[in-house]
Amino acid sequence: MGRIVLENTTKSFGDVQVIPPLNLTIEDGEFAVFVGPSGCGKSTLLRMIAGLEDLTSGKIVIDDKDVTEVPPAQRGLAMVFQSYALYPHMTVRKNIGFPLRMEKMSQSEIDAKVDAAAKSLNLVDYLDRKPGQLSGGQRQRVAIGRAIVRDPSAFLFDEPLSNLDAALRVGMRLEISEMHQRMKTTMIYVTHDQVEAMTMADKIVVLQAGVIEQVGSPLDLYHKPRNIFVAGFIGSPKMNIFSGEEAAKFDAHSVGIRPEHLDVSTEGGIWKGTVGVAEHLGSDTFIHVHDTGLGDMFTVRISGDIAVTHGDTIYLTPHEGRMHRFDAQGMRIE
Amino acid sequence: MAIVAHTSKSSRFGRPVLAWIVGLLFFFPIFWLVLTSFKTDADAVKPEFLIWFTPTLENYLNMTDNYDYWRFAQNSVITSVLATVFTLAVGIPSAYAMAFNPTRATKDILMWMLSTKMLPAAAVLYPMTFLAKSLGLFDTHFLIVLVLSLINLPIVVWMLFTYFKEIPKDIIEAGKMDGVNTWGEIREILIPLAWGGIASTALLCFIFCWNEAYWTVRLTTIDAATLSKLIEGNRAPEGLFFGRLSAVSTAAIAPIVVLGWFCQKQLVQGLTFGAVK
Ligand SMILES: Nc1ncnc2c1ncn2[C@@H]1O[C@H](COP(=O)(O)OP(=O)(O)O)[C@@H](O)[C@H]1O
Ligand SMILES: [Mg+2]
Repeated sequence: MGRIVLENTTKSFGDVQVIPPLNLTIEDGEFAVFVGPSGCGKSTLLRMIAGLEDLTSGKIVIDDKDVTEVPPAQRGLAMVFQSYALYPHMTVRKNIGFPLRMEKMSQSEIDAKVDAAAKSLNLVDYLDRKPGQLSGGQRQRVAIGRAIVRDPSAFLFDEPLSNLDAALRVGMRLEISEMHQRMKTTMIYVTHDQVEAMTMADKIVVLQAGVIEQVGSPLDLYHKPRNIFVAGFIGSPKMNIFSGEEAAKFDAHSVGIRPEHLDVSTEGGIWKGTVGVAEHLGSDTFIHVHDTGLGDMFTVRISGDIAVTHGDTIYLTPHEGRMHRFDAQGMRIE
Repeated sequence: MAIVAHTSKSSRFGRPVLAWIVGLLFFFPIFWLVLTSFKTDADAVKPEFLIWFTPTLENYLNMTDNYDYWRFAQNSVITSVLATVFTLAVGIPSAYAMAFNPTRATKDILMWMLSTKMLPAAAVLYPMTFLAKSLGLFDTHFLIVLVLSLINLPIVVWMLFTYFKEIPKDIIEAGKMDGVNTWGEIREILIPLAWGGIASTALLCFIFCWNEAYWTVRLTTIDAATLSKLIEGNRAPEGLFFGRLSAVSTAAIAPIVVLGWFCQKQLVQGLTFGAVK
């Protein structure tokens, strides 16, 4: 079990309120991702759940038990830190077995659990090494192993992949997703990378300045962003947003249209512009369009290849029903 | 280019030369002390710079005749070791708390601790002596251990604090998640990780205790008297026996010089607060 509920939790450092009153429920078995720009309070929120940070007010309930005053280890949660936070003076075996030793489990039981974890994480050959003798990816696995053996009711990850190189990151992302599918244990995963959020989450929590901007499934957020912030944050390349007279034609203060929801033609369409750069990826073409009269540069994503280059004049037409309209407060208009 | 070449050249030759000069300057009194300890008392008081003389072991042989060197040495060892152990036992948890659970007052407390080292010892000589005597602690090992511990505690806490600060906070927090209590954190994580720093600190603390003279001389007579007291006591009563005084002094500083020689690396690390790796 691992149902986590935050009730009116707040956090202040000195006079600065980092987390204003916040309510959130994470269901048992859910993969929840906290995503938002750097400094928005994701780590603070996660550390509050972990018990590493005291709440200023409010409470945290895990499986119907108020744990606000319960010390970290007794909350039944395991955490994987961004820096891995392995014990440098212990071997991999000792590192993974450490939480079990602290539980006073018998040595034979510890060995069995460590061996099982090492096997599932491909660490069998490294059990006698110290963390300093491992690569970044291996350290990450050790950190995950140390979390797994505890059989926690929920896993907490704080940007676990940000210290890995791009190729490894994709691999680990899949491994963590698979681990979740297999174990069905609640996971809370913090990242500033919306791609990680979109690919891994059952439920995404978008944060800005400690405030929840939207909670929903990846596709909810993609199709129905609640406000301009979420619209701009979720999706890659970013949604094109324009306002002013052109937006007023659609009865909105601002209008957003995703790059993949625009058709390109050399003959005619609603908006006319000039190609700045066309990026040909083979599978897709990204076209950056200037001088549309809609403010900033527009990005268009076309599936497959299209023969346009710098300086060409092209016309853009949005797909039917794919436009997102926002009012003066930046909230979505249905 | 020319300037670069010039500075690197001057630092390559200039610094070692300067270091040697300073080193020899500091070494000279010790050299002279050891030299004098092998002279007869007659040679020792000759005013000229006497390097060529007939060496004698007489001073060393007489030393243990006239003085109970081993008893003083024993007291030095007992008080220095106990004071070092006690200081670390108090210092490690204190520095741990300040490094990993700082409050608004932590910086001020550290400054205040250091400021106590700036108080002239003489200012509290009378109250200390009075207290010691009225509590019946005068000339006891207990008193000396206590005093040595207290005067070294500030510097020890400072040093440990600096070392502990270098340990990533995440590791301590991982320990908290893994179910370690405070003592467990200190025993399982902090001490193994800061072992080098703790050893340097202990060594330095031991040396400071061993060398301490102001209080050990004034708060002891016989029972708890350390080697500092022995040297001090050799001065006046029996006249100017420079040879013998030098022998006693050499014997008093020898253990610490030998210890220092073998632990140079730790000492340098300790004195630079870990800044030199
Ligand atoms: N221990 C602390 N003391 C003071 N301010 C802090 C502390 N920890 C975090 N903050 C502040 O809280 C805000 C949120 O930080 P954090 O949760 O680390 O953001 P994120 O993980 O989203 O990048 C930041 O503005 C940060 O400066
Ligand atoms: Mg963070």
